[in-house]
Amino acid sequence: MRFGIIVFPGSNCELDCQWVLQSVLGQQAKLIWHREKALSDCDCLILPGGFAHGDYLRTGAIARFSPIMAAVEDHARRGGVVLGICNGFQILCEAGLLPGVLLRNTSVNFICRPVHIRVETTETPFTATCAQGQVLRMPINHNEGRYYADDETLARLQAHNQVIFRYVTAAGEATEQANPNGSLGNIAGVCNERRNVLGVMPHPERASEELLGSASGLSLFESILNYGRAASPTHR
Amino acid sequence: MIRAKIYVTLKRGVLDPQGETVKGALEALGFAGVKDVRIGKFMVITLNDVSREDATRRVGEMCKKLLANPVIEDFRFELEEE
Repeated sequence: MRFGIIVFPGSNCELDCQWVLQSVLGQQAKLIWHREKALSDCDCLILPGGFAHGDYLRTGAIARFSPIMAAVEDHARRGGVVLGICNGFQILCEAGLLPGVLLRNTSVNFICRPVHIRVETTETPFTATCAQGQVLRMPINHNEGRYYADDETLARLQAHNQVIFRYVTAAGEATEQANPNGSLGNIAGVCNERRNVLGVMPHPERASEELLGSASGLSLFESILNYGRAASPTHR
Repeated sequence: MIRAKIYVTLKRGVLDPQGETVKGALEALGFAGVKDVRIGKFMVITLNDVSREDATRRVGEMCKKLLANPVIEDFRFELEEE
């Protein structure tokens, strides 16, 4: 499968993503500078973590107007797979490709530590190889990770089964203690209604080899590969 | 020249942990009676060669498109002519 990883000034997880896709999974993964205007031959786009444009004004607020974003939106509109990780999630929210917004952690601290998240549904290209309710362990690394949406949007997310991950304890319970940043409903990841765009705050690319303490993030990338093998998503 | 003073504030109901922290600090300093602290953004934009009417329209568009996120923020602005 051909992956494109969008690089903004201030992105800092693009090489981690490329490493996992190329070296661990043997796929093609090219870096695409944000000033490019066209995407050629990409089945799946990844918006990596970092601090695009310094997170000035609001996280993702400037990045969502980068020249490449029109092509990202077009890719998503055609049903292509898009994965936003951490800062990438924030950018996708600002761009309106995902509902809601990520706000300052309630603790007002930057948090960098491993967390547990539960797979709420396997009905996405990103979780199809997981088990329903499976608990994954991967790190978070953010200052603005508190998922927020108004009541109406939250109700719509629930109704369409768009909450994909929640922060949980190691035993899989979505308690207040397991919620690192104050996210509404312990939400750690959501998809769009069409289910081809996912945003997730924890970093699967930093938990894709046992050497790093956990390989459970690999299941997201493996799910995408499975989906790509089943059908060419860009032609759907 | 027209100077726009823009205020971007968090909508009611959106938790402001930064404001809460500042409230705690004010209380620790002995300032009594602080009911609530909300932190927002203040921006000054200077526009060249525009009418007041034009400036109102353009600054409104700037706020909607970039300066405020309607999911969580409200905005208002004042114009000053120089």
